[in-house]
Amino acid sequence: MTEALELARQRLLAPAELDERALEQVLHGMLGTAIDYADLYLQYSRSESWVLEDGIVRDGNFAIDQGAGVRAVSGEKTGFAYSDELLRPALEKAAGAARQIARSGATPGALAVRGSGPPAPLYAGDDPLASLPDADKVALLQRLDRHARAIDPCVSQVTASLAAVHEVVLILASDGTFAVDVRPLVRCNVSVIAERGGRRERGSAGGGGRLDYRMFLASDQAMAWAEEAVRAALLNLEAVPAPAGSMPVVLGPGWPGVLLHEAVGHGLEGDFNRKGTSTFSGRVGEQVASKLCTVVDEGCMPNRRGSLTVDDEGTPTGRTVLIENGVLKGYMQDKHNARLMGTAPTGNGRRQSYAHLPMPRMTNTYMLAGEHDPEEILASVDRGLYAVNFGGGQVDITSGKFVFSTTEAYLIENGKVTAPVRGATLIGNGPEVMNRISMVGNDLALDTGIGVCGKDGQSVPVGVGQPTLRVDAVTVGGTAH
Amino acid sequence: MTLEQERAALEERVGQILAEARQQGADAAEVGVSRSEGLSVSVRRGEVETVEHTRDQGFGISVYLGRRKGSASTSDSSAEAVRATVAKALNIARFTAEDPAAGLADPECMPKGSLPKLDLYHPWDVDVATATELARSCEAAALGVDRRIGNSEGATLSSGRSWRAYGNSHGFVGSEPATRHSLSVSVIAGENSGMQRDYAFTIDRVPDALEVAEVVGRRAGERAVARLGARPVATARVPVLFGHDVSAGLLGHFVAAISGGNLYRRASFLLDALGRQVFPDRVVIEEHPHLPRALGSAAFDGDGVATRGKRLVEGGVLQSYLLSVYSARRLELTTTGNAGGVHNLRISDDGLDFDAMLARLGRGLLVTELMGQGVNGVTGDYSRGAAGFWVEDGAIAHPVQEVTVAGNLAEMFMNLDAIGNDALRPGNIVCGSLLIDGMTVSGS
Repeated sequence: MTEALELARQRLLAPAELDERALEQVLHGMLGTAIDYADLYLQYSRSESWVLEDGIVRDGNFAIDQGAGVRAVSGEKTGFAYSDELLRPALEKAAGAARQIARSGATPGALAVRGSGPPAPLYAGDDPLASLPDADKVALLQRLDRHARAIDPCVSQVTASLAAVHEVVLILASDGTFAVDVRPLVRCNVSVIAERGGRRERGSAGGGGRLDYRMFLASDQAMAWAEEAVRAALLNLEAVPAPAGSMPVVLGPGWPGVLLHEAVGHGLEGDFNRKGTSTFSGRVGEQVASKLCTVVDEGCMPNRRGSLTVDDEGTPTGRTVLIENGVLKGYMQDKHNARLMGTAPTGNGRRQSYAHLPMPRMTNTYMLAGEHDPEEILASVDRGLYAVNFGGGQVDITSGKFVFSTTEAYLIENGKVTAPVRGATLIGNGPEVMNRISMVGNDLALDTGIGVCGKDGQSVPVGVGQPTLRVDAVTVGGTAH
Repeated sequence: MTLEQERAALEERVGQILAEARQQGADAAEVGVSRSEGLSVSVRRGEVETVEHTRDQGFGISVYLGRRKGSASTSDSSAEAVRATVAKALNIARFTAEDPAAGLADPECMPKGSLPKLDLYHPWDVDVATATELARSCEAAALGVDRRIGNSEGATLSSGRSWRAYGNSHGFVGSEPATRHSLSVSVIAGENSGMQRDYAFTIDRVPDALEVAEVVGRRAGERAVARLGARPVATARVPVLFGHDVSAGLLGHFVAAISGGNLYRRASFLLDALGRQVFPDRVVIEEHPHLPRALGSAAFDGDGVATRGKRLVEGGVLQSYLLSVYSARRLELTTTGNAGGVHNLRISDDGLDFDAMLARLGRGLLVTELMGQGVNGVTGDYSRGAAGFWVEDGAIAHPVQEVTVAGNLAEMFMNLDAIGNDALRPGNIVCGSLLIDGMTVSGS
């Protein structure tokens, strides 16, 4: 905390000639009898990206973003304003706009800011942008290009990128919260196009986390992703049309956990359940998945892309059991929805930036391992689909319908994995599909750190994971019928 | 400040940033400055839920050292931030490689004389109380459509104004103020596991041109109720009618496929398609960048290049790609003024209204909503989640959900059987419903 606090003072407060006392005064000025809660969120972020195409790094981008978001809550009402200036007059102006939500009542309530023991940071606070000299970033991208092209002459295009963010946030709230968090995030991506016999296909791979660029050099991790991208593209050159219709589907471990993110995750966010708009609303204690399923959201895993030491409302993250042995246990909450539902926040209050309102969001969402050998799961299927990699997904939380689209999948015939198939969308109903999970593998894996989740126009980094799963029936949207 | 004073201040800022770049040693530079402010009020179940005041500003700069490029941006408006951001961009340009295609557009590509009058600026001095009342009326109308509508995700009124200015070291500087106002509502019909949500919206640059709040609300309510009892259909190969809510998205895939960035990366299913038949021979697709008050209008593109109207498709044959300065140089072609995208795309129609399109569909699926990202831009493979209505004998039989529609975009465009005259306006891509033969609908 002390190191983080020092950085927060240096980046956020000192340039604007602010201190904690001044922030408390701004916050205090917002409080009245009709205001239940108010908070200030100050953010300073530096980010960069480097992109290689056609063998050369032809562009790079650097950005500094800073600002403060001010929120006032009165019952179910929220007033919100923000400023890209951190100077006190700008903060006062934003605070004045936010508190208009509840004009009535003007007696300032008591504000007791307490520095309760902050959680130990889940990641180092060092600047990931500075973790490699710029020349080495360029050299790493060039190595990725050469490596991918050397694997197979069919590789016609290679795009590789490196990106890093270093973010400092300070949160001060009328419930006594005072938190700072220094958040690193890095990402590496390789995308290739392979061409053969008039066909062209793409393959992509990558990863990252709340670490620095050196994670890509350790065990030649980045080179392994280049190999993976080439393998996927070459495989898809051989792909046959995907089948159409309802059939058993075996999902591979790791990133296919996007299933959980879409099928149950969004539907268990507190805001939808407070409003009764989710297919899971009012169903705590009910069986919403097969008994083999235990699903958790865990924001406190060290160094992972979806992790946060504290969420964007200053609540320490934790491990929230969403579904235990198939029974719905609870929802993911931010402070606002927790207060209105009479429960505790779970460390899931997140926002894209100071210019966005926080809401309940996932962190790292995954299913615990089961008992089956993955080989045994595949062998159990006569005719079906084995899906090991996915693009994105989407859910309609009200009807429960969700989709996710394969980027690497195979036919299963008589218990054997056979031909690769072209990309297809899988569609199902969250609770129905979860109830059809009949086998859970012993091979739990988390994704490599590539997830971005969108909700109400706000993007945040997330993680997913699962073991190999068998779902007895899912609709597969291919063209072969 | 008057509009002209704002314009002068913004263009002066562009000039200051360019001067800083020159002083720090850039051979050439281009700068984009943006500024916006707005109000957004949401009402749910008759009560105000959120009041958001938005105010954003920032600039981005690209600098060139010979043919090496670096870029940087910031939301910090201080003089120190300008210096630091320019320095960062230059630092990046010292590490990037010589790229023969890099650099500003040729000076003769910039707009000449005064910019066309686009009439995009119609501010609305709407206060929180008025916005609340409009959102409340809209939601009430939606909830009042049917007693089976028991819940709401709320109604939102948003109004905003923005400025965008661009300048480069050729001496060109241009700026355009614009406004955008919208009202949307989303309600839920049914209960428990039978709940269905749908929405409606109206958007325009001119406040008076927005649809009446109650009309928008009733449309959302009617749409939500119409979905009750939706079920999958059996897997079949049938014609699919992409309704006017989703047809513009389908044309969006065409736009991506003829965009320079995807072409030079060989990541398009329409490589080398110039002069080739890509739609049936009666189809015409045009771009009209200078339509007054339109959502997609622009006098110059992201490279500062003057936009111009053109036919992209005539007689079903592809006449032009959509190119920026960079992608054009990579393809050894000339920029088409489309850095940043397309400006007001319009497709011809076959004179059929929605009912006539349903009649022509006969038996098949009407799609009103698409889900997920199952579109492979490299191969054109298309497979997406869908909801809509099953159609028998040219009439709606029952609502459908939990199905996918699949095909290949290149084949789907060639199998375009009819285009309706029922396009939604306004929009950047305006397109009536599209009837496509021979798609695979996968369901139960």
